[in-house]
Amino acid sequence: MSTTSIHVELWQVAASLVLVALAAAISRWQRADLERDIVVATGRSIVQLTLVGYAIKLIFEADTIWLVLALLAVMVFFGAVTARHRADKVPSSFGPLLIALALAGASTLGLVVALGIFDPTPRYLVPVGGMVIGNAMTASAVALNRLGDEMADARARIEATLALGATAREAAAPTVWRALRSGMIALVDSTKTTGLIFFPGTMVGMLLAGASPTDAVRLQLILLYTLLGSVSISALVATLLAYRNFFTPAAQLREL
Amino acid sequence: MLFELREVGLDRGGRAVLDSFSVAIPEGATAIVGPSGAGKSTLLRLLNRLADPDRGEIFYRGRPLGDYEPLALRREVSLVPQLPALLEGTVESNLRYAAELAGEELDVEETLARAGLDPSFAGRDVAKLSVGEQQRAMLARALAQRPAVLLLDEPTSALDHAARDAVEATLARLRRESDLSLVLVSHDPEQARRLGDRVVEMPA
Repeated sequence: MSTTSIHVELWQVAASLVLVALAAAISRWQRADLERDIVVATGRSIVQLTLVGYAIKLIFEADTIWLVLALLAVMVFFGAVTARHRADKVPSSFGPLLIALALAGASTLGLVVALGIFDPTPRYLVPVGGMVIGNAMTASAVALNRLGDEMADARARIEATLALGATAREAAAPTVWRALRSGMIALVDSTKTTGLIFFPGTMVGMLLAGASPTDAVRLQLILLYTLLGSVSISALVATLLAYRNFFTPAAQLREL
Repeated sequence: MLFELREVGLDRGGRAVLDSFSVAIPEGATAIVGPSGAGKSTLLRLLNRLADPDRGEIFYRGRPLGDYEPLALRREVSLVPQLPALLEGTVESNLRYAAELAGEELDVEETLARAGLDPSFAGRDVAKLSVGEQQRAMLARALAQRPAVLLLDEPTSALDHAARDAVEATLARLRRESDLSLVLVSHDPEQARRLGDRVVEMPA
């Protein structure tokens, strides 16, 4: 893969803020009441990305695998913390989310390195790891959010199924299936339409950076497939671990 | 004795749903009456371990309920909940699911007939049944497991008079034609007297 680089001046970044002003103006004009959020979001994006940029620069310069692993561990932790807020109807969701993100990150990154697709260097592991964990977080959050809603809706049916002597797993199966599906479907759908309706970020970035379209497309495909793997692992692990928390060991539905 | 409850108590949300409740339930048909909120549904859920008491002891055929494996117990002591909650699919697929869980052979027509449903119900989509029909499909599903005890929670509460009479007739026939024991809860003392060999009143 070619490693072209471009230089972006600060004034170019500042100039792009004109579009933020436009967004704020539209919000004010149409009373969408999002101006404050837009300002806060813009401010946070500047601070967060700048800090991450410096962190990545340090990690690249140090060029040691341990720092990379530490950064990925931090991402997994904060990913689980963030996803937990969307999964507020699932009892004790933090543990399942933490395990789901860690497993999704470790297995997909491990696999792409083992297959020789990427070198185990910070330059690949940091950005790919960030995407993998970020997408795994979204998928598991969506899946557990749905699981919480479905378990509440299906309470009577689940208890009636338990009353027949079904295990917790059997009684929750249709619910778990729907939750898992909703966690995975967004990425599956966007993979279907990729290139037709939208250009994915990596490809856009590489094209802007001057890479050949062939390279941009190939790298994008690798990343899409890696993300599909990580999203399915995280949604699966999170739902399979989390549904148990709705039941007691005697296969009773917990009062929530 | 089928069931024996000694000083049973259960709290939900900081208040006692059942408190120091004792009763002995022999084989046969026992109707439990009491006002709404007296803990009747909770009592049934305790009998097949869909919930466990916070205080006191429950015995089934002389052994502590906690000694029974909950899944096996629920196939032997089958609860039909107040509101129908069938699985998506046909009536027959629901019956098969229940029979397979219990490891029982299923005769669809016979099981439907025992619950007062004609054979045409087998292929019907449960989503298209009336509430009364669903309630009977729930009864048929429980019977598909060939339980020793049926726990019935307000078996006719959602039904009009004609449907209620039909379900009552079905239950009376079940009693006559098998050695199935029934424990049913009702808010209606008249119904309790019609269906029960004996009536237990629960305090408010």
